[in-house]
Amino acid sequence: MIGTRPPLACIEVVELVSDYLEGTLSRSERRRFERHLAGCPHCTEYLAQMRAVLRLSGRLVPADLTPQMRSEFGELYRRWRAERDGP
Amino acid sequence: MPTTIIRRRKSSPAAHADEAGLLERLRGGDEAAFVTLVNRHHDAMVRLAATFVASRALAEEVVQDTWIGVLRGIDRFEGRSSLRTWLLSILVNRARTTAVRESRSVAIGDPTGVLDRSRFDETGGWATPPEHWIEDAEERLGAAALAARLREALQGLPARQRAVVMLRDVDGLDADEVCAVLAISAGNMRVLLHRGRAALREALASTMREVGT
Repeated sequence: MIGTRPPLACIEVVELVSDYLEGTLSRSERRRFERHLAGCPHCTEYLAQMRAVLRLSGRLVPADLTPQMRSEFGELYRRWRAERDGP
Repeated sequence: MPTTIIRRRKSSPAAHADEAGLLERLRGGDEAAFVTLVNRHHDAMVRLAATFVASRALAEEVVQDTWIGVLRGIDRFEGRSSLRTWLLSILVNRARTTAVRESRSVAIGDPTGVLDRSRFDETGGWATPPEHWIEDAEERLGAAALAARLREALQGLPARQRAVVMLRDVDGLDADEVCAVLAISAGNMRVLLHRGRAALREALASTMREVGT
């Protein structure tokens, strides 16, 4: 069977991009995927854009607690501690 | 060329040891340790809760409730999963319960194919190929504007896709961790991740088209 599968079409490559980036394609699927990329600038571009999306997503910074929230959570903790340690 | 996106930001051994230390201080009655822990996870928890419930206010309530539950159950945490997985799993359970109580449907069906069929010709090749924008995107739009657009696009994703993309790509959880937290299969997670990422790419591409070349 090896080597007999037809080359991937662009429309199929687009559906495999995320699995490729996740490293969940089988070896043979990955080879087929990379073979297609080698000859297709558009899918190469699409993959690069997907990588850019991941890079940008990973850079989104979570918001810190506001001072008011800090004091509310401090209060929550003190109530729990008091409850735990009993009267 | 590396084929895998490896991001172990917050589940590195160092982060693990750090969380163990915080946990110990927290059990010992150290308020600052608790606030540090809350600060570290709160934003991700609120964002995740918001994928289950109808409003931001309700999401914050669920998170607050989760922290109370975490404190009460802290002695039962044995470190078999990472602290974050444990926290987020408790959160998801509570958020699901709340969502059911608020009787808001959380199931969203996915259509097929991440791009419009008309983008391809009859052989499955590109008819309208992706435009070229990645290299100069930040230069043209500015990093802050790009991040703002991405946040907006994330907010626009269907709830389940949003949950998966945020956990995996924004908060940097491992694929296994995402599955554990949301109690979904690996296959299901991959489909949601794939569709969510593709939608984000589309959103950025359309922004770049608007900005012009």
